[in-house]
Amino acid sequence: MSEAQLVQGNEACVKGALAAGCTFYGGYPITPSSEIAEHMVRRMPEVGGVFIQMEDEIASLAAVIGASLGGSKAMTATSGPGFSLMQEHIGFATMAEVPCVIVDVMRGGPSTGMPTSPSQADVMQARWGTHGDHSAIVLAPSSVGEVFDLTVRAFNLAERFRTPVILLYDEIIGHTRESVVLPASVTVVDRVRPNAESEDFWPKKAASNGVPEMADFGDGHRFHVTGLAHDTRGFPTNDSAVAEALISRLHDKIEAHTDEIVEVETFMMDDAEIAIFAYGIVGRSAAEAVERARADGIKAGLVRPLTLWPFPYAEVKEAAQQVDTIVVAEMNLGQLIGEVERAAGGKAEIVGHLRADGEPITPTALRDVLAKLDGGPA
Amino acid sequence: MTDVKTYLREWAMPHVLCPGCAHGIVLRSFLEAVDQLQLDQDKVAMVAGIGCSSRLIGYVDFCTLHGTHGRAPAFATGLKLARPDLDVVVITGDGDGLAIGGNHLIHAARRNIDITVLMLNNSIYGMTGGQVAPTTPEGAIASTTPMGNTEPNFDACKLLIGAGASFVARVFAANPIEMTKVMADGLTHPGFSFIEVVSDCPEYFGRYNKIGGGAEMLNWMAVRDEGVAGPLAEKRFVSHVPATVPAPALTTGVLQREIRAVYSGVRRAQDHES
Repeated sequence: MSEAQLVQGNEACVKGALAAGCTFYGGYPITPSSEIAEHMVRRMPEVGGVFIQMEDEIASLAAVIGASLGGSKAMTATSGPGFSLMQEHIGFATMAEVPCVIVDVMRGGPSTGMPTSPSQADVMQARWGTHGDHSAIVLAPSSVGEVFDLTVRAFNLAERFRTPVILLYDEIIGHTRESVVLPASVTVVDRVRPNAESEDFWPKKAASNGVPEMADFGDGHRFHVTGLAHDTRGFPTNDSAVAEALISRLHDKIEAHTDEIVEVETFMMDDAEIAIFAYGIVGRSAAEAVERARADGIKAGLVRPLTLWPFPYAEVKEAAQQVDTIVVAEMNLGQLIGEVERAAGGKAEIVGHLRADGEPITPTALRDVLAKLDGGPA
Repeated sequence: MTDVKTYLREWAMPHVLCPGCAHGIVLRSFLEAVDQLQLDQDKVAMVAGIGCSSRLIGYVDFCTLHGTHGRAPAFATGLKLARPDLDVVVITGDGDGLAIGGNHLIHAARRNIDITVLMLNNSIYGMTGGQVAPTTPEGAIASTTPMGNTEPNFDACKLLIGAGASFVARVFAANPIEMTKVMADGLTHPGFSFIEVVSDCPEYFGRYNKIGGGAEMLNWMAVRDEGVAGPLAEKRFVSHVPATVPAPALTTGVLQREIRAVYSGVRRAQDHES
């Protein structure tokens, strides 16, 4: 039976990674993510894993990819500036279909920005930071407990879909200590490996679930891995039909399985007339604001995506058909609000409550927004 | 000796290299070293970056990782730490290894991780069309130095010795027997081994600098091995030296060999406690 323990968000990430079977960590120091590395260096030896501090974030994700090809579950963690450097290898891992987990503990930007202040300004970087057409899986926890859960989920989705998965949370969640009861055991998903005796191994031919089986380097199947467009044997090609088939498959293996990926939590939405759309730490402020608004007689509700990408278009559309107004609250100058507008398709008024000054969006601020929109005193 | 074709993916041919390019000679010498040592074909992993030399790994029947530009040592580091049972070999070029990937190369050397790096130096960016590289001699013509290169060039071996590589050697593609011997030495060395293979690019470097095709470039290489003659000999591999000063002979063979602790990552409880 698990007991309540006081855990920091970044530490919960490490605990989740170990529960999911992570045995390799490669990273580079950066505020506000460094505690992940500092816990990993202690925990990896306990599970026979490897910790290495690399020379930069580019190398960190390269090492993670190398370890994953060797058969390890591997991860790295960083913040905005380092996340920018990792984009090259997020693209590589996407193209080469190498499972891995990247944690971005967001801080104020652009550039060096505000290293010790929270933000949610990397949402679009997580989706479109690397070049080329691709899909992305991005998860956004709101609490220390959810950091644990979604870290496990990030590894499971990475293994299921052979793709990099990004865990996106901000400085507040990373540094907050909360009392949590962590599960004694979790469901763990492993990549599907080919039969060791199989002579007929096609490293990039998809199985019925849209994802090719993945052999470990050194286990008898000799194969090629490349970031170039390639055929089902994994070998480079300039054949446009072959390239098109690859790019479409990489896209579809995620977009055709959103039911396995997308998670949205709703709160007091049953009779809501006004909804807040918020994620991460803002989701918690929003829940508090909704409760206070309800006490004032305002029919408010919350739509909180735990999956930012693929974006929950269907769930937001459903909410837009029900309510008059959706308040999109995010700690940036408006990144997911455009997706909410696209999903709503004019069915509800979309109002932004945006903040990019390194300060959190408070429950009081959101309660006031709800009161004002409801026609009451602001 | 086994036919080196055992180690080739003949189905992947024809290859992308130009006529006269010496990279194929280098690859054959490497495969002969692998064969001499009787390495387990299933346990050899080759990691490369971007460029002509890096494309070689597509044609060898090992586990092969064609990564991103300059980052091969970082991919190889993760792979070797996760799988110490593999013989991990990096093939990189001079632009890949010394320009965009210079940082990864020197840190892999500093750690003394047990991988072997073959850096094929053709003095130019071949795949992208003959642009100047950190190894292009002063005065030499490239597509981005049409009036002659005004930057000094790296001596890769000195750089790697300075970074702490425990095995450093230089060989010429014109001398395949020596190449195989030195590569076998590098493969068996415990720790980080770096081998600069002076190769060629007749298509760009040879043509732009009026040296000739593949055969002429191999001859040119052999001449430079003794440090005399050749159209660029007085500037070759010498930083900040006026053209009037005769070039020293370019040293070949094993330039550095020491045994020191091999890096294997923080992986065991006793490593952490100590």
